[in-house]
Amino acid sequence: MVAVAILLAVLRGPVETGQATLTGLVAAGYFALGAVGLTLVFGILRLVNFAHGDLLTVGTYVALGMAAAGLPFWAAAVVGIAATAVVATSLDYVVWGPMRRAGASTLQTFLTAIGLALVLRYTVQFFAGSQVRRVGLDVVSAVNIGPWHLGTLQLVVMLVGLATITLVGLGLRFTILGKQMRALADNMALAEASGIDTLRTIRITWAVAGGLAALAGILYASAIGSINPNFGVTILLSLFAAAVLGGIGNAYGALAGGIVIGLAQEWSTLFFNPRWKPAVGFAILILTLLFLPRGIFGRKRART
Amino acid sequence: MSFLHPDFWIGVGVIAGIYGIFALGLQINVGFTGLLNFGQAGFMSIGAYTMGMLVVNGGWSLWAAMPVAIVAAIIAGLLVGLPSLRLRSDYFAIATIAFAEIVRYTFQNAAFAGGNQGIIGYDEEWRRFAAWLSGRFAALGLGDNSQLPLFFAVWVVFAGCLIALLLLQRSPWGRVLKAIREDEEAAAALGKNVLAYKLQSLGVAAALAAIAGFFLALNVTYLYPGEFDPTFTFFGYAVLILGGFASYGGIALGTILLWTLIEGLRFVDLPLSSGQLGSLRFVLVGLVLVLLSMLRPEGLLGRRAEMQQRR
Repeated sequence: MVAVAILLAVLRGPVETGQATLTGLVAAGYFALGAVGLTLVFGILRLVNFAHGDLLTVGTYVALGMAAAGLPFWAAAVVGIAATAVVATSLDYVVWGPMRRAGASTLQTFLTAIGLALVLRYTVQFFAGSQVRRVGLDVVSAVNIGPWHLGTLQLVVMLVGLATITLVGLGLRFTILGKQMRALADNMALAEASGIDTLRTIRITWAVAGGLAALAGILYASAIGSINPNFGVTILLSLFAAAVLGGIGNAYGALAGGIVIGLAQEWSTLFFNPRWKPAVGFAILILTLLFLPRGIFGRKRART
Repeated sequence: MSFLHPDFWIGVGVIAGIYGIFALGLQINVGFTGLLNFGQAGFMSIGAYTMGMLVVNGGWSLWAAMPVAIVAAIIAGLLVGLPSLRLRSDYFAIATIAFAEIVRYTFQNAAFAGGNQGIIGYDEEWRRFAAWLSGRFAALGLGDNSQLPLFFAVWVVFAGCLIALLLLQRSPWGRVLKAIREDEEAAAALGKNVLAYKLQSLGVAAALAAIAGFFLALNVTYLYPGEFDPTFTFFGYAVLILGGFASYGGIALGTILLWTLIEGLRFVDLPLSSGQLGSLRFVLVGLVLVLLSMLRPEGLLGRRAEMQQRR
């Protein structure tokens, strides 16, 4: 990535490249945090959660609703994150747990995930309406860092995003829970045999995935300034791209993949009209699926 | 308008028939070949937009544009399938969803497709034909509902496609598809070119999606990206699971049930805005997918034995 950045700086000028890199790092936060939950759920449950994008939507709208009701924004964000963690975990009790016990097929789980996605997204839309909604934070003030320019809010988003990425990475590496999650993702039977309470770990994984999804959505909304109930599903494919690029199931890979997607989309604006930004995510997703289905950080497995 | 009024049922019939044709294509993929095609709406918009652009930008006759648009959708199917059918089934599903999203994004942003304004003025020849047909129907005493010609055309085409698919399924070709669904390696070991059969299955689905797209275009009178959202693929899946997997006949029942539910919502006496009613329709489709997947995964009329193999 550094090499690409230097090449771009030579081709398009260091100021423009630096500006795109800064904006890219803002986006990196929400892509990485959105993708890590998606990949953890896949790694542990072999479940492609098409409803993950809509968890971003749920969390963000709960937070905006709380803020509109008078809570300070940070407190509203905490409520949104907690509520989404509860929603994700409850869905495991009500839907995914019973389906695991019944030994559901791929088709069944896919259709269930898509059905849940519709239910979540349009329940939000039912209460909040489909119109574009402003976040209501100060989006005007900005800071200058040398020759570069960044909204104060975007700077906060970038710092919170990068700090949370670091925390999640450290948590997965060093805490008992993080180790248990990675053990389950690696080999469920072995993890269970070595005494890990798998059901408890699964439920906590859902809570973590939901909470991080909500945080990602809130960061997205704060960086962009306005959202509608479709925003979660529109960035879902970019989250898939990040997860697949990092090797699906690999949490560190998803964090790194999210950073790559964030930077790549912003760097593309040095060459193309910004309206084609999402196409970069699609292109990376398709190319990775076709040529590098294990992702750049995925390990070769002896067994599948 | 009341629930028993014929105009309501003609409206339901038109949209149900369109999604019936759409779901017939999904059925050959999902129910009979074991392919998780999640991009069917993409083929539908390619068909409809190709038709619209040929007529409006190219000055073609509508009747000449339709077959060419079907071919365009089939080519899109082959282009999507050729690389992605080699992937695992879950990656194939993601790849096809991405394809549909790319199609929507392109039509929404590219100048040649009219962007968010869409395309208008492709349906003059159809209107003339429909007016003539309407006259015949009125002469027969069938009333003067303006949607009646479309209703008639949609269901005649549905019946034709259904019969063709039933015949295909009984042919050796159809049996190879089922063999691939049950055990790909075994089919390959018997010397069948699995990739070629899967591509053909996808091509048939794309063609049916294109035909559904024509009717959808004629029903709404102008083409805009919102009408062809990738989400509509899953209305097709709701039809499949209501009617039953691995059953072509069930689709007629499934699609009528689904659209009676969706359109019937407006008779529910609740103080809701039209936006909320619209949201409720999608919630309903989502619930159909979740509840039936959990409780009756083979679908209402599906055969459990036919759908047990796949994991």
